[in-house]
Amino acid sequence: MLLIHCPYCEEDRSELEFRWAGEAHIARPENIAAISDEEFAEYFFLRNNEKGLTYERWRHIHGCGRFFNAARDTVSDRFLTTYKAGMPKQLLPETGASEKTVETYEATEGDAR
Amino acid sequence: MVDSGADLANRTSPLSGFHGGSSTVRLEAAPPAERISLRCRAEDVAALSSALGVDLPVRPKTSASANGRSALWLGPDEWLVIAEENGGLMQAAKNSGALHSATDVSHRNTAILVSGRGAAAAINAGCPQDLSLKVFPVGACSRTVFGKVEIVLLRTGEDAFRVEVWRSFSDYAFGLLAEGAQDAAV
Ligand SMILES: [Zn+2]
Repeated sequence: MLLIHCPYCEEDRSELEFRWAGEAHIARPENIAAISDEEFAEYFFLRNNEKGLTYERWRHIHGCGRFFNAARDTVSDRFLTTYKAGMPKQLLPETGASEKTVETYEATEGDAR
Repeated sequence: MVDSGADLANRTSPLSGFHGGSSTVRLEAAPPAERISLRCRAEDVAALSSALGVDLPVRPKTSASANGRSALWLGPDEWLVIAEENGGLMQAAKNSGALHSATDVSHRNTAILVSGRGAAAAINAGCPQDLSLKVFPVGACSRTVFGKVEIVLLRTGEDAFRVEVWRSFSDYAFGLLAEGAQDAAV
């Protein structure tokens, strides 16, 4: 079972208590009525979907209920750090190169065994 | 005289008639209680604590009890306050004069009392939290999951827990606890 550190509960808790909530650090445009359709699409629809180090919002929905931010490696599924909502992006070195990339279903199964 | 029916409106517990347990775990439906879901800012905690007669805890996973009331930390600005029946919690919160949100959830929740030396094992049948005394001591509380449902768990003694659960989920929670109680006795 994956354990996730909640920065509000100050404890590692089971993934079963959490829910993913999309990409983090997306600022809502202050002049949203004035921006172009392209700029709105960029803000509203388009996500980076990065491979490797990614910044996400998570919610401790079956715990303290708080939203917080997490830096996670999408290749290894490892949580690198978590921090409270409202804090600036916690810059971390790129980790993608150091993690073993799993490309296929068969390879994933191989790891699981 | 036409019977108005008013004298027939008896309250029934969602768990009345349920029984379960094993040689190491006792399961009981808790008596009815008054409950509020309370939210307020840090600067209003003191005023609400004094109005309620119990100190709202500000540390994660902790609770406080006084004057027949218990306050359970659920989140940084959220508590579940439980009182014996007709405890006047809504009025007490209002009397604080402090900005807050209080919702009466007395009938949304019911509770199951789990006791005995297999109590923690029975709950761990469906709850992923570490219930060792070191990590989850007497007085510790947490919103968490139990199988498919959300619960609020309070440790009332070394071998005793209160499981707060939404009433429509309570037959499921009781059933899974009964299964866990059987396993804990093996
Ligand atoms: Zn939390």
